[in-house]
Amino acid sequence: MIEFKLPSLGADMDRGKLLEWKVKPGEAVKRGQVVAVVDTAKAAVEVEIWQDGTVFELLLQPGETVPVGTAMATLLQPGETPEQAALQKREVPAARPAPKPAPAAAAVAPPAVAAPSAAPLAQRRPVSPAARRHASELNVDIDKVTGTGPHGAVTIEDVEKAAARAAPAPADRYAEMRKAIAAAMSRSKREIPHYYLSETIPMQRAVEWLARENEKRPVTERILMGTLQLKAVALALAKAPELNGFWLDGKFQAATGVHIGVAISIRQGGLIAPAIHDADKKSLIELMRALSDLVARARAGSLRSSEMSDPTITVTNLGDQGVEAVFGVIYPPQVALVGFGRLETRPWAANGALSAVPLVTASLSGDHRASDGIRGARFLAGLRERLQHPEEL
Amino acid sequence: MSRLSYREGMRQALREALAGDPRVFVMGEDVGRYGGTYAVTKGLLEEFGPERVRDTPLSELAFVGAGIGAALGGMRPIVEVMTVNFSLLALDQIVNSAALYRHMSGGQFSVPLVIRMATGAGRQVAAQHSHSFENWYASIPGIKVLAPATVEDARDMLAPALADPDPVVIFEHAQLYNVEADVSETRSTDIRSAAVRREGKMLSLITYGGSLPKTLEAASQLAEEGIDAEVVDLRVLRPLDMATVLASVRKCRRAVVVDETWRTGSLAAEIVARIAEEAFYDLDAPPARVCSEEVPIPYAKHLEEAALPQPAKILAAVKTVLGR
Repeated sequence: MIEFKLPSLGADMDRGKLLEWKVKPGEAVKRGQVVAVVDTAKAAVEVEIWQDGTVFELLLQPGETVPVGTAMATLLQPGETPEQAALQKREVPAARPAPKPAPAAAAVAPPAVAAPSAAPLAQRRPVSPAARRHASELNVDIDKVTGTGPHGAVTIEDVEKAAARAAPAPADRYAEMRKAIAAAMSRSKREIPHYYLSETIPMQRAVEWLARENEKRPVTERILMGTLQLKAVALALAKAPELNGFWLDGKFQAATGVHIGVAISIRQGGLIAPAIHDADKKSLIELMRALSDLVARARAGSLRSSEMSDPTITVTNLGDQGVEAVFGVIYPPQVALVGFGRLETRPWAANGALSAVPLVTASLSGDHRASDGIRGARFLAGLRERLQHPEEL
Repeated sequence: MSRLSYREGMRQALREALAGDPRVFVMGEDVGRYGGTYAVTKGLLEEFGPERVRDTPLSELAFVGAGIGAALGGMRPIVEVMTVNFSLLALDQIVNSAALYRHMSGGQFSVPLVIRMATGAGRQVAAQHSHSFENWYASIPGIKVLAPATVEDARDMLAPALADPDPVVIFEHAQLYNVEADVSETRSTDIRSAAVRREGKMLSLITYGGSLPKTLEAASQLAEEGIDAEVVDLRVLRPLDMATVLASVRKCRRAVVVDETWRTGSLAAEIVARIAEEAFYDLDAPPARVCSEEVPIPYAKHLEEAALPQPAKILAAVKTVLGR
């Protein structure tokens, strides 16, 4: 039997609320399939499963909020029968493990293949269906309500009393997101010794090449400069692997792919940085489409769990907002963040002459535990070079 | 406003039916010269004569079958099967013939038959004479099943049953015949809906027939303890008026169903299942049932009382549901 646990969908997530199951017991699932929708403080995220199998039991009900790492469902491994799984379950004492806070470092909770003695059997607390629904309406944490109904069940009255006691603040998504950002950024500045580098990059060739390219394309397929910059970052990372990965358990772990987290501001306020997977392997047009899709879905609140949980580096582009340069705060457990400022024509000296050239200031915030300034400097130099050869991007 | 017993209410309904429509006649064991086993038809033979109030031999299968034939032939028979216990002998006629002729004839025939029968226990007449099988009949498509539980319903449900083009089975709980009540002169013709007999908001007590008085008594005792129970009288057992039941359950969020049939496969089981299907998220406690114990109904008085739903059992179930 495999346990499917609630993954951490980012360093700022320690709990999630199950909104919806996308699968039923008995259904075969494939690795990467979306099995549930979970609400984090930031967005409703489609959670993917990490192993092939057959859904055996759904342990959570929609509406339940549980800590990261809580078993959400059990799966049968290929070849395993429900009888075997049931037997395995029976051997386990009926105790719900105390909810543990998210392991701070784990970006994704791997699927635990439960040893027979370790599979926790969810013993449900009796909560009446009406009380559960009402608690959800009143934003009352049902786990903290004392039950006085039959068999100690939580009743509507218990929920109402708890709500009256708590005098709950109105649900404020923005405040929740602010809190999540505050937690992640405080952790970053507390734990990560940042170093900052910046480099002004001449963009004449890139601008001209892009203009020529876009002339050939229908309006809907035009490529933005931001896409070009993303691709250049992705390719430049090949020579700076110590910037692409995670600081976990006291050491750096290089990532196997280049999954660039793109900082997207949410209109209502706040920020989210979901990943574009394998950005180094995507063509510019693929990257452009992925980016538009990601921005649209981030703003609609329908991101997938892998996008939330596995960016290996983040890129932020505040150029649109008219700033010259941005020095960002690294999103833990990542170890680097690349920033782009405004693309602007400024005086530029080259070959002994002064000319007006489009320039952009790229910056790198690096985690000094994982890399040193010299590596960061080489990365920025590489990035500058890549942007001089836009046709190779 | 006048005061009537349940028995008198039913007799009044029969008299009005006989007087009002020459196609109506009453048929059954001892309904004529003896005046009916429960004295419901007393005096009708003298008033309407042996053509319209007919004593039959002791063969339920034969006289229910004859009633079906008469109904097919254009009459409006009211067949009294003494009790539900003996109706088992006529089940083939009721289930295979009366209930199915409309269907089997492709709508060419209908069977406008009314079958009355007493039901229930509580009078120390032992196991073979104490059955409640309302649930069996209520599971059969093709018939309607009524359970008048009040004097007014005893008086008022017969006329619309006769007017119905299909077979209608009326269950009269034997414990109700002596119940008296002031009745209004206004007549109801409703054989579709359940009725709220007592308004409340903390839980729904859902019942019918002979269990209604016990349930109302339990509700009064609960009120003294500050528990405000609503009492729903199903009245019509097929088709069930689930809209009224669910409205009450959604309001009160807790339900106890009181039903004198045995618990397994009882009508209470059906009601609870439908509540679970349709009002699950409105429930604040698991629904409960108070039914008869699953034993042959005993003869001994104290054992018979122990086997049947009683106000004390209803109170206990209510307190469990309320977590008290």
